[in-house]
Amino acid sequence: MTGISFWLNGVETQIPEAESPTRTLLDWLRDTGGLKGTKEGCNEGDCGACTVILRDETGARAVNACILFLPQLKGKAIRTVEGITGPKGEMHPVQQAMITHHGSQCGFCTPGFIASMAAAHLNGDRNHDDSLAGNLCRCTGYAPIIRAARAAETAEIPQWLEEDANIFCPEISSGGEARPGRGGQTAPLSPTTTDALAALYAATPEATLIAGATDIGLWVTKQLRRLSPVIFLNQIKELQDITATTEGMRIGAMVTITRLREAVKTSHPGLAELLRRFASAQIRNTATIGGNIANGSPIGDGPPALIAAGAMLHLRQGDTRRSLALEDFFLDYRKQDRRPGEFVEAITLPAAPDLSCYKVSKRFDQDISALCGCFNITVTGGRISSARIAFGGMAAIPKRARVAEAALIGQDWNETTIRRAMRAMTEDYQPLSDMRASAGYRLTVAQNLLLRCYFERSGVETSVLKVAP
Amino acid sequence: MSIGKPLPHDSAPLHVAGTARYLDDIPLPQGALHLAFGLAGIARGRVESIDLAPVLAAPGVVRVITAQELIAAFGAVPDCSPSTHDEPLLSPDAIHFHGQPLFIVLAESHLAARRAARLARIDYHEEIPILTIEEALKADSRFEQGPVIWARGDAAAAIAAAPQRIAGRFPVGGQEHFYLEGQIAAALPQEDGMHILSSTQHPSEIQHKVAHALHLPMAAVRVETRRMGGGFGGKESQGNALAIACAVAARLTGQACKMRYDRDDDMVITGKRHDLEIRYEAGFDDEGRVLGISVTHLFRCGWSQDLSLPVADRAMLHADNCYFLRDIRIESHRLKTNTASATAFRGFGGPQGMIGIERVMDHIAFTLGREPLEVRRVNFYEAAVAAAETEGQPRGMNQEPGGQPRSIYQEPGGQPPGAPRSISLKRKGEIQTTPYQMPVEDFVGQELVARLVQSSDYLARKAEIAAWNAGSQVLRRGIALTPVKFGISFTLTWLNQAGALVHVYQDGSVHLNHGGTEMGQGLNLKVAQVVAAVFGLEAGDIRITATDTAKVPNTSATAASSGSDLNGMASREAALVIRGRMAAFLAEKHQVAPEAVRFQDGLVRVAGEEYPFARVAAWAYQARIPLSSTGFYATPKITWDRVKGQGRPFLYFAYGAAVSEVVIDCLTGENRILRTDILHDTGSPLNPAIDIGQIEGAYVQGAGWLTTEELVWDGKGRLMTHAPSTYKIPACSDRPPVFNVELWNRPNREATVGRSKAVGEPPFMLGISVHAALSAAVAACGADGGDERVWPDLAAPATPEAVLAAVERVRRDV
Repeated sequence: MTGISFWLNGVETQIPEAESPTRTLLDWLRDTGGLKGTKEGCNEGDCGACTVILRDETGARAVNACILFLPQLKGKAIRTVEGITGPKGEMHPVQQAMITHHGSQCGFCTPGFIASMAAAHLNGDRNHDDSLAGNLCRCTGYAPIIRAARAAETAEIPQWLEEDANIFCPEISSGGEARPGRGGQTAPLSPTTTDALAALYAATPEATLIAGATDIGLWVTKQLRRLSPVIFLNQIKELQDITATTEGMRIGAMVTITRLREAVKTSHPGLAELLRRFASAQIRNTATIGGNIANGSPIGDGPPALIAAGAMLHLRQGDTRRSLALEDFFLDYRKQDRRPGEFVEAITLPAAPDLSCYKVSKRFDQDISALCGCFNITVTGGRISSARIAFGGMAAIPKRARVAEAALIGQDWNETTIRRAMRAMTEDYQPLSDMRASAGYRLTVAQNLLLRCYFERSGVETSVLKVAP
Repeated sequence: MSIGKPLPHDSAPLHVAGTARYLDDIPLPQGALHLAFGLAGIARGRVESIDLAPVLAAPGVVRVITAQELIAAFGAVPDCSPSTHDEPLLSPDAIHFHGQPLFIVLAESHLAARRAARLARIDYHEEIPILTIEEALKADSRFEQGPVIWARGDAAAAIAAAPQRIAGRFPVGGQEHFYLEGQIAAALPQEDGMHILSSTQHPSEIQHKVAHALHLPMAAVRVETRRMGGGFGGKESQGNALAIACAVAARLTGQACKMRYDRDDDMVITGKRHDLEIRYEAGFDDEGRVLGISVTHLFRCGWSQDLSLPVADRAMLHADNCYFLRDIRIESHRLKTNTASATAFRGFGGPQGMIGIERVMDHIAFTLGREPLEVRRVNFYEAAVAAAETEGQPRGMNQEPGGQPRSIYQEPGGQPPGAPRSISLKRKGEIQTTPYQMPVEDFVGQELVARLVQSSDYLARKAEIAAWNAGSQVLRRGIALTPVKFGISFTLTWLNQAGALVHVYQDGSVHLNHGGTEMGQGLNLKVAQVVAAVFGLEAGDIRITATDTAKVPNTSATAASSGSDLNGMASREAALVIRGRMAAFLAEKHQVAPEAVRFQDGLVRVAGEEYPFARVAAWAYQARIPLSSTGFYATPKITWDRVKGQGRPFLYFAYGAAVSEVVIDCLTGENRILRTDILHDTGSPLNPAIDIGQIEGAYVQGAGWLTTEELVWDGKGRLMTHAPSTYKIPACSDRPPVFNVELWNRPNREATVGRSKAVGEPPFMLGISVHAALSAAVAACGADGGDERVWPDLAAPATPEAVLAAVERVRRDV
């Protein structure tokens, strides 16, 4: 069987391979699928108006349809707002609550909110600020939406949404090998094993690898680039493994930020809190840690934390594997130590009990860091025995503060030492000014974050997020 | 009685099911074309040469339309301006801002049009753009000949003679509307004209501009708007270009045409809230009473006039807010810059005017070391009741027949409003007037603020916060109360009119149409509640229909918060006409006076009998009684001389006040709202649930304007924050975790529909309390007292960077 098979609102649906591999689900839903309930607000995964529920064997989650490519749907079940409503027009509890609590005004963002709320309801997730951070509403000020979400918390999950779990079957898609599509277009490549990927990518190193597509999606929707050939990684189960090793936690490149956050919740709470503020629920549910690293962005939130923790990166090219310290992977602006046909297979995250991560942005939730500072400072007997500090947003790459680290190591753990290291940090970074922050602000705050780390560990309250109203 | 019920939005069941239709959801005829603009890549200069061959060769492209082609086909490039003839649809030669449309691509799909639009090869002759306020002042680049100046008394002398003086400069950022549904329009060519679908707040304007572009009479152009996915002023004039582009393309091709802006294009092309710099100088006494004040507004209006003049006027009209300012001079500069043309945005200049005087109040309080609330109180206008009791009753004070002021309510646990209060009169017998000489007859600020101070526990919390701050090393909290007085009516007097069309069918169903547009504010529901009340029906019995220039002509924009005031009254008039005919018919049948016929609970009661409304409708039809009527309303009392800056531009004022509490991080400038308490005046609300929704939403939007929402241009005039990835409106967790909103719940003294008050814009300015609270928190980072205290010169928006800069200033200067 060729084509992309998935379930749409409980009905098995097939899309021919001839569809462009980088056609988005939103575009398909609205223009071909005849489902106009899902809206386009920004076409870049930032407003949530296009949110739908995606379900597979790992569970149900909210995703942005505007930057989800059709081949990523293989073997998944999708629920749009039309399918969150029951087959006979029955209201889902979150829909009813949104009416009762005046949660819609202009209504354009509402279908996306309904999808996010129904996904959270399905998962028993009651942290509404987090689950709705990726849905923007310009009318209500959110208060009535939260009232609605709370009111629906205890309602039963409608049976038609439960059905997706039963009908789900991961084997429907053939996946696999390249075959010519109609019109001379090459069908998307969706290898199912790491070995197959290694062979394929070694043979076509010019291909674009697509993991979660939360950045590459914008190359298509905003830069209007035509990507060809492309290799989709979503069918490779091995790359989604998290395993314990003697060096630490080995995390497959295709592990989503959501799963990573869950995995490090108790072992690396500082990282987990940083990941709570990584983009939005929809993006975290799709974006992968491998993509976040391989993308090479200087403002990605994963790398500074992983570098500070001392993570190792595992690369593979054909049958050749190598590992290097994550910081050595980043060479220059958007330039990494990655050879043609080489891909990120996994990272190893060692234990880092002293890791603190601070993200500073204009808006707390769903924003890109102006800067992100991560501090892994170990104090033994009042003295700093080791210090690894890494920042995003301070240089062309995620970069360690080696001068500041040197000013700390071996010194007494006190404010004098910290202030000396803060001054030393001016030798580590010469940041840029852009629309997120000025160079001066970035440098001052980078220094101040070291002070925050010190204060926080001394028991001083430093987080506005922890102040109770 | 359907009026006053907290009914959910009429479209809510459709919103939540995804079945509410927005323009892009409407199927178009086969062969419909999709349009995209090709945009200028420089901010100022001209096109030296343009090669459109690659655009035409792109897949799916059907045609490209240039300015030259429009001149050939229509004799001129159609104009898009809502005010003066200065906005060509496509630039024929000169480029005035980065992102100005240069050509239109017609293609088989939205994506094909967008792709192709980027393929033109253009050589420019680039000139140095005028981007900033300083550059515009230096080049004397402005609209109108010079600044507009309105004055009362002698501000300069009063300031000079005052015991204390302050002066300051305060930059205030603009704001992107970020309606969730971007700009969109479609044109469907008809055999004898054009049918336009548009996401617009102003269908009549679209009709007028399209008719003008196509050289058609207005009667040959029909514009329809069912709903917008948000407007906020951004769809008052900014939809013109898309509708006109679709109309000319549809005329030239004979095909239906649709255009919608991609989000980034939308943010680049369309206007935003005006940013400005406010300069002030004030003289005051030791209690903080303002004795003289001089204010200068420096508005950055962008490349075309659009609505900038009335926006800047309204800023001047709100430079007093709730305060009596006897000697005042307001100078307003409307500067022309090579940026997108700034436009209407909720509040329409009011927020910009108001934040200036609120900043002055805080600056005075800071200078004197006095409680800001007390400084505000000594400057408040006289209370309405006290004023009304004095001999100098305002002319035209509204009274019900019988001469008694209407009193249909009882204040919760308090006196009826007519009762005397112990308020000291500064000048007995005089009703205070605004700087533009309008008597302030209805001021409730004193009492409203007193109630809010109590319900929010302001004073105790303020003391608790001071103690908390003293013990906090890194974090500081701040609290502030700011009031709002917002004038209701269009300042262009003739816009204050509305029409409606009501039909009762023989089965008793009611069809309602009026000139207002629905953008989420619940206007249709409120008007339906009004009409239902006339007929004694439920709101759900009234069929709400799309705004349509073929049903109600010559409508004003749904703007200036006037939607329900104007359209509610017009619709009520229409319904009353029909009810009157039905009553007269029944009265004759039963030989009673028409007034004895009652329409209640879906029934018509007459002479001891009661009939279902539908049966009466059927009888009336059979008796050949006309069951259709138009209705019309023109706002009374208002007069306005814009040149002198004098008159009564507003029918009444809407009032409110907010207490916001915030916390800041003195190491990073990060900040958030902790708690908000609001008491707001919507008169006797037509729908309290809708009103509370408007207040909550407006407050958060106002807070966003002054905190996270920062527009950044580069040195070449390119907007760098052109997508939600870089421009940050408030997200869910940015709303106050404790958010108490109450309605004042007293009838409007003016005879508005149901004695309600407008609610769209006024609560936006409650967000100013967030900036004031942040400023207080910054001040708490400085020295404790004495002459060393430094005024926290906090910019707006108060981003983390702006807050940290202010913190460093108060600390460094110590």
